[in-house]
Amino acid sequence: MALLNWRKELPLFGAVLGLILILGVGNAAFFSLDNLADLLRNSIVIGIMALGVMVVMASGGIDVSFTAIAIFSAYATTRLLLETGSGESIVLAFVSAAFLGSILGLINALFIAWLRLPTLIVTLGTLSLFRGAMLTFLGSEYITALPNSMVAFSRWDLVTGLTSGGSMYRVPVAFLALPLTAVLVSLLLNRTYWGRGIYAIGGDRESAERAGFATAGLQTFIYCFVGALSALAGMIHVTLGRIANPFDLVGMELNVIAAVVLGGARLTGGYGSVTGTLLGVALIVMINNSLILLGVPSFWQRVVVGLMILIGAGTTVVRGRALRGVRT
Amino acid sequence: MIRLKVSDPHTRLLMAMTVAVFLAMSLLKPDVFLSWNNLRSISFQFPEFALLALAVSVTMLTGGIDLSIVSTALLAASAGAILQTQVFENPSSLAATGLAVAAIFAVGALCGGVNGALIVHLRIPPILATLGTMQLFSGLTIAMTGGTALYGFSDRFLFFGNSSILGLPVPLVIFVLLAGLTGLLLTRTGFGFKLYLLGGNPRAARFSGINSAQILLRTYILSGVLASFAGLIMAARSNSVNADYGASYLLLSILVAVLGGINPDGGFGRISGLVLAVLSLQFIASGLNMLRFSSFAKDLVWGGLLLVVLAVHQAVKNRRNRATGPLVAEDKR
Repeated sequence: MALLNWRKELPLFGAVLGLILILGVGNAAFFSLDNLADLLRNSIVIGIMALGVMVVMASGGIDVSFTAIAIFSAYATTRLLLETGSGESIVLAFVSAAFLGSILGLINALFIAWLRLPTLIVTLGTLSLFRGAMLTFLGSEYITALPNSMVAFSRWDLVTGLTSGGSMYRVPVAFLALPLTAVLVSLLLNRTYWGRGIYAIGGDRESAERAGFATAGLQTFIYCFVGALSALAGMIHVTLGRIANPFDLVGMELNVIAAVVLGGARLTGGYGSVTGTLLGVALIVMINNSLILLGVPSFWQRVVVGLMILIGAGTTVVRGRALRGVRT
Repeated sequence: MIRLKVSDPHTRLLMAMTVAVFLAMSLLKPDVFLSWNNLRSISFQFPEFALLALAVSVTMLTGGIDLSIVSTALLAASAGAILQTQVFENPSSLAATGLAVAAIFAVGALCGGVNGALIVHLRIPPILATLGTMQLFSGLTIAMTGGTALYGFSDRFLFFGNSSILGLPVPLVIFVLLAGLTGLLLTRTGFGFKLYLLGGNPRAARFSGINSAQILLRTYILSGVLASFAGLIMAARSNSVNADYGASYLLLSILVAVLGGINPDGGFGRISGLVLAVLSLQFIASGLNMLRFSSFAKDLVWGGLLLVVLAVHQAVKNRRNRATGPLVAEDKR
């Protein structure tokens, strides 16, 4: 399976390498093990969400409710585990969250796949609906005493040690979720019939239908899938942060969308690759990381993310037209 | 003579809904809702998001959307605030107030122009372009306000938010004027006609020789200017500019637009419907306040209402299509 489609991904790959060089030259500490571990840890949640959003964009839609699904699922699962006392199995925790996430995604699918409503407006509505429902019915308190299984999971390290400078670095096992998800999504999109269907719907929904794809069913799958992935990401966020804060995560939609757009996915659909998305995530995570390290005020991060979305979308369009041979 | 198109079933339905909501709220809490104070404060409050709804509607008519309206409003307001308080020694002077107001409109037009340029010249889809500019403008606003709220507008400036002309609140007057002008612009000018065509049938628009680039650019500039009016009223009413203000206004504006009959795919919708939708939503909002709904519960209601309204419109459209049969294949851009 071609890991890198050189023609398409080369500019992005170059940008990521370039950024690494710039950041490394400016600050040698960039390459220190604890910084690298930080970068890896910070890319888990945004990476998993970005992969899900990329699948949605490949099908020609956009989903902005995924952060609400993520935190709703994670918070509800945490509350449920605590109240029913079944906090011993981490697998149960993740499976329950993913299940809840796919139910929420099913609600999106109902409006998008079956009622054929515009994806942005529907998911804007469900973003508000889910978050409002969570805060109204589940409450708005932080939970700091997480179930045992989640605490144990957060302590489970993949790689850990001390740097020469004496600071500790650790990459949690949870990081493995990212490459696993990447492989899963890549297999789905490139090696299955449904994957072809997803790209087909993104190209033109009506043509896909006439070609025989069950578009409503596929779209239902897509939104449930992104719901489950987001829920997983939300659980990892809560677990690693050791706190279930219902006000978290909502607000980072644009970081994720910026990563996906930088990675070459197009809103019009039919395009999107796992490698591109991962590179986009790397770019966003590195930029945010260095802005924080440089002590840049957080509002500039907003400006930068906004610019990244515009640059990503703009270059995608320009690249597309160049590939098609269209003269601007 | 303005002819009320009451023959339009959608508008009739909206009118019925507005009256129903008004009656419901009056019955639930007659002493609070029907009080003169309440009605007065309503008519001061709703023009803010009504203007934002107006702004997003014109872009939705072309089949696009402007997600940056709230950020534009706040950026424009903070530009005005800074100009008035920092640049002039006497903020209360006519010159200071006048220039602040002018700056607000200029920034609004500029923001709209940026959106338009991104969408027209860089061919970035409106959703992504305005998503990006939303963050950009919001970040710039925080940069300008230094992270806190700006204060200190002159009394002349506050006139726009808190005073009345002939007994009618100034914000209401501004909204009515702008809604009326926009309505006329959309229905009685060539620009408006071309705008509707662009949204309703972009392929036909292209073949009929319409300069769609110019129309789109002007549409987004119009959206920016309308948003800046909203910013003016927001700043004048609360005598402050805070970058986090009005976070839920975006969803609310889209809800108003959709409820008012603006089709998000473009080409359909009337300003009269929009006005009725604004009123209905304001009554519901006041009602929710009186029933002591938390802000989270309100978000729940707005999100749910948006979904319900979308679904109902679609169901009505499906029934109509099934009755007449498919005449033309849907035009996917």
